[in-house]
Amino acid sequence: MQLTKILTSAALAIGLATTAMADKTKVGFVYVGPIGDGGWTHEHDKGRLAVEAKYGDKVETVYVESVPEGPDAERVMTDMALKGADIIFTTSFGYMDPTINVAKKFPKVKFEHATGYKQADNVSVYSARFYEGRAVQGHIAGQMTKSNVIGYIGSYPIPEVIRGINSAYIHAKKVNPDVQFKIVWAYTWFDPAKEADAAKVLIEQGADVILQHTDSTAPQAAAQAAGNVITFGQASDMSEYAPMPRVSSIIDDWAPYYIARVGAVMDGSWESKSTWDGIGAGMVGIGEISDAVPAEIKASAMALKDSLADGSYHAFTGPLNKQDGSPWLADGETASDYEGDNALAGLNFYVEGLEGDVPN
Amino acid sequence: MDLSAINPVLLIASLMVAATPLLLAAVGELVVERAGVLNLGVEGMMIVGAIGGFAVSVESGSPYLGLVAAMTAGAVLSLLFAFLTQFALANQVASGLALTLFGLGLSALMGQGYVGVKPPPMGTIHIPVLSDLPVVGPILFGHDPVLYIGIGLVAGVWAVLKYSRIGLVLRAVGENHEAAHALGYNVIRVRVLAIMFGGACAGLGGAYISLIRVPQWTEGMTAGIGWIALALVVFASWKPWRVLLGAYLFGGINVLQLNLQAAGIAIPVEYLAMSPYIITILVLVIMSADKSRAPASLGRIFHASQ
Repeated sequence: MQLTKILTSAALAIGLATTAMADKTKVGFVYVGPIGDGGWTHEHDKGRLAVEAKYGDKVETVYVESVPEGPDAERVMTDMALKGADIIFTTSFGYMDPTINVAKKFPKVKFEHATGYKQADNVSVYSARFYEGRAVQGHIAGQMTKSNVIGYIGSYPIPEVIRGINSAYIHAKKVNPDVQFKIVWAYTWFDPAKEADAAKVLIEQGADVILQHTDSTAPQAAAQAAGNVITFGQASDMSEYAPMPRVSSIIDDWAPYYIARVGAVMDGSWESKSTWDGIGAGMVGIGEISDAVPAEIKASAMALKDSLADGSYHAFTGPLNKQDGSPWLADGETASDYEGDNALAGLNFYVEGLEGDVPN
Repeated sequence: MDLSAINPVLLIASLMVAATPLLLAAVGELVVERAGVLNLGVEGMMIVGAIGGFAVSVESGSPYLGLVAAMTAGAVLSLLFAFLTQFALANQVASGLALTLFGLGLSALMGQGYVGVKPPPMGTIHIPVLSDLPVVGPILFGHDPVLYIGIGLVAGVWAVLKYSRIGLVLRAVGENHEAAHALGYNVIRVRVLAIMFGGACAGLGGAYISLIRVPQWTEGMTAGIGWIALALVVFASWKPWRVLLGAYLFGGINVLQLNLQAAGIAIPVEYLAMSPYIITILVLVIMSADKSRAPASLGRIFHASQ
């Protein structure tokens, strides 16, 4: 008797609590690294905080960090959906299939997957044109290198990373025909010790510019320890390493997008779509170019940035050949986003001049 | 392909650096497991050591004080595990996993003010004449002191386990805790001390990453090295010199494969990336074809009344 009474009131209390919570829009975030990585995940979390700041009491955000890409991600997303999330942002390429799988089971929950290409009725995809930022990096790197060797730390051989390598190389080559890229694949997004090792190896082999497509600031620390090596902040400004070794950066700004999408869930206007914004829309920012870069290089880099922002120049403009010498883009032709075999969205080859093979 | 870009002297020197955190954590865990305790909290103790050592060396300006703090931090955290498993008689696997989760969370909290801070540099040992020798100098005599401590620790652990009375008691506790108890040895005390030693080693290994190898503080920066150390102890058949070999193989092949990638060698990158794991496991499994086995009481709970 006593027990049933307690249970009933407990059930009632839970019921009341749920009703009270129902006014709130619950937003979930799945992160691939820790929020203190100083790079990729850090910026996504800034986006989450911006959502909280904008909507205050009307939203509740939850996040899970350091979620491995694979089956465990499905467990985390399922858990979020079961706990009443209205919209879930899954913020790494490797969450693509898990997101689609979980989205099928929860048709009423909205999903937003970053940097992927699989869309569904309740799954939107969004990404930023990081390769526009890479163009500016290549432009600076090509002129700053004295050894003509630029080291590049890749994470996984996915289109996003390959676009970045190609874009940086094309624009470095344009300003410095002798430039050579050494590419090392770390096969991780976040492993500071390994990232530092990769940077050290590249420096030992003559690189005096290190570009990274991994998430931590470890390569910056390794470059700083080595002396005369320059780096660029990745995903986040990483300004704690300015003015040397970090001479500029690519900054991801997810806040406006997150605010807009959460707002769309609130007013019921959310629908599945594909977003791919660049410097022009403000999703990609170029961090301040430090004084370690001579003024004229800085000026031309800013001009390049402006032309990318207003659309007068596309980072992949022909004539460009593929690595094997076969033509990719004719003179003046620009790469298409989705159409054709050689579209940017699924880019899986190097441009002419780069050495080595793209891993499968 | 341009193999001449690889400098073998720098390669060997950097593989020793890459192997050291793994070596330190693994040799500590080896002692713990030889005492019959399975502590899966290595990763947690490492990361707490990493931030503890980092914070103290930044505040005090002395990297050596940082290393001491890291060992203390690791040992103190391991005491939590010791209390749970030796006095509260909790399950060792669950307690170890909990310790890792707790360590990761605690370190993230402790490290909030230390992101982007540069630690005071730890100098390398410079011995006149010896360190200036070509080839041998940079490989053998040009490192930071912790690297030598790691190698010395392996030799020490081996000698103590094999030749000393303390080592004999520790092994007895690990092989058959009832018999050791019947002989009048204090099983719990031996195990608690072993657990603390393991914690101190793991803490030192973590601080090696945050103070010397990277050097910076980033949340979650040990990124699984503690788990590799656990696997290494098993594959090394609980033998100190094999742990050293395994750690150097793993660290070495890791650095070597990055070097080969950067030099543009024509081996598919996927194979290079998985090679450290495969080669280390292969070598150690082949070596363990002899009669080595796990300590008989490993993971079993002891209570004097049983």
